[in-house]
Amino acid sequence: MNQQQNDKMQAYWRANVRLITTLLVIWALVSHVAAILLAKPLSGITFGRIPLSFWFAQQGSMIIFVILIFVYAWRMNKLDREFDVHEE
Amino acid sequence: MNTETWTLIIVGITFAFYLYIGYLNRVRETAGFYVAGRGVPAIANGAATAADWMSGASFVSMAGLIAFLGYDGAVYLMGWTGGYVLLALLLAPYLRKYGKYTVPDFIGDRYYSNRARAVAAVATVFISLTYVAGQMRAVGIVFSRFLQVNIVMGVIIGMAIVAFFAILGGMKGITWTQVAQYGVLILAYLITAVAISARLTGNPVPQLALTFSDIAPRLNQIQIELGLKEYLAPFQNFSQLNVLFITLALMLGTAGLPHVIIRFYTVPSVADARKSAGWALLFIAILYTTAPALAVFAKYNILETLNGKTVQEARSIDWVVKWEETGLLKLEDKDGDGRLVMTSDNATSEIIFDRDIIVLSTPEVAQLAPWVVGLVAAGGLAAALSTASGLLLAMSSAFSHDIYYRILRPDADERQRLLVGRATIFVAILIAGYFGVNPPGFVGEVVAFAFGLAAASLFPAIILGIFDKRMNREGAIAGILTGLVFTLVMILLIRSDRLLGTETPILTSFLGVNAQGVGVYGAILNFIISYVVSRTTPPPPEHIQHLVEDIRVPRGAGVAVAEH
Repeated sequence: MNQQQNDKMQAYWRANVRLITTLLVIWALVSHVAAILLAKPLSGITFGRIPLSFWFAQQGSMIIFVILIFVYAWRMNKLDREFDVHEE
Repeated sequence: MNTETWTLIIVGITFAFYLYIGYLNRVRETAGFYVAGRGVPAIANGAATAADWMSGASFVSMAGLIAFLGYDGAVYLMGWTGGYVLLALLLAPYLRKYGKYTVPDFIGDRYYSNRARAVAAVATVFISLTYVAGQMRAVGIVFSRFLQVNIVMGVIIGMAIVAFFAILGGMKGITWTQVAQYGVLILAYLITAVAISARLTGNPVPQLALTFSDIAPRLNQIQIELGLKEYLAPFQNFSQLNVLFITLALMLGTAGLPHVIIRFYTVPSVADARKSAGWALLFIAILYTTAPALAVFAKYNILETLNGKTVQEARSIDWVVKWEETGLLKLEDKDGDGRLVMTSDNATSEIIFDRDIIVLSTPEVAQLAPWVVGLVAAGGLAAALSTASGLLLAMSSAFSHDIYYRILRPDADERQRLLVGRATIFVAILIAGYFGVNPPGFVGEVVAFAFGLAAASLFPAIILGIFDKRMNREGAIAGILTGLVFTLVMILLIRSDRLLGTETPILTSFLGVNAQGVGVYGAILNFIISYVVSRTTPPPPEHIQHLVEDIRVPRGAGVAVAEH
């Protein structure tokens, strides 16, 4: 592997890790933060007819998890092509 | 026709269907046996993963568990789904690119050590075996309750069916059978939930009815009036710290469970591995977002129907009589005032119901047609059987591929390896069946073990193997052993009253965290020890560093397969 190619691979990996970090921050915010750490303060806010923290705990977090994975798959497929490392 | 006849007919039809699919997809070569020849499309793999993942317990008990725990039941909902995000972002694409057969394969190669391979293989077999024992029990219970055979007979029928699928079809047969089983179990669950949702709230979509109708606040109000714990308020059953740690432990454990990880080896490409995790979680989330709604509806309905009634009034309802006979529902006018009143204490409560009743009784409580009851039985069986077969296969590949072929007999040919694989499944089924008939009496502890150990041993080792190029053999082995031993000892000490027979638990908690969540500390220890040891010992050899660079890039995933 020559130097130029090596740099490109480094850049690809850094972009991947950046994307993973962003998505995992959201993952933690909707579950550990909204439904657990801030469960009591968010209980005061109502979403529909139930407390917001309860909605995150038993509905919202799971819906957002699904979206996060599809966003990752979609963004990574784009990134693979940008860096020309996609599968044939 | 009555319920029993319907149940027999529907269970019979679904089983014939599974057998037919298993027969069509029988395999003759190892790649088909272990990883389905890598020909499974992402969406089908997603459905198979979902069926693999959702056990008899998820299907039968989870909604009931949530109905009892209220808000805190979220640990299972978030824990068992959040792990898939970790799996999709941190593990699945790279393990697929790496392109071998099993989890110990990756650990053994990445850490250039047969000792690491053996530790990972033993962990895989142990985790899967503890898990599968519970599944055989669930199969036995469903068979005995719906087909009126005794539980031993139920377990034996279940063993025979699982053996047939797994031994004949390997991963290929199991995958396509699991796709069909997903269809049956989700149909059964949704028909029930939609019917009771429409009946109680007028809104047929359970998720929307939970959020936008007034049923949840009404249940909360009833619970307060009865002196029960508030349903919608957090931390009534677990402390905030425990909720956090149990959720995390289940997430890390899910991502580290070998029978789940192995599924991502079966898809054709890295891009498919990423997508497949998304499909899997979508299929799982359909049931997991329905469960908390079903929990609220069923609990509300049971309380509304029974609370404040006289015993005679209650017993005039058909399903009440039927479930009282099974012992899962107990009615007794303890204070003699002529009315049944539910309280939070089982000693004084005049209505006591088992949590399993929530899902199983709903079709009757909601007065659905008898064939729906049959479908729910078929769904429960589909969930238990699909999980059992997936676990048996993970165990069999860890033993026959990693221990027998890679360590003991590297010269074994294709035919011998298949034979050992099938023999392992057979032996594992006998062991699982034994525990199904003679349950060890601590099923909850067994699950804590499986998740805690997966979180503390396999998960950190795989993550570090991909994301830390400098991680070496010494660091990984030290980390895995520390995580394993720590978690094992902690669970033994915290649950010593059940596991070691001491009068009271030797430890009540470790830094405020109970046995279910303690695996998180094990995982943290594993990460720290691995890091420190790897930095004070020589870096991994050149070719291993190249291997790590290679698995980080999708291109060439097909080539890795061709090498086999």
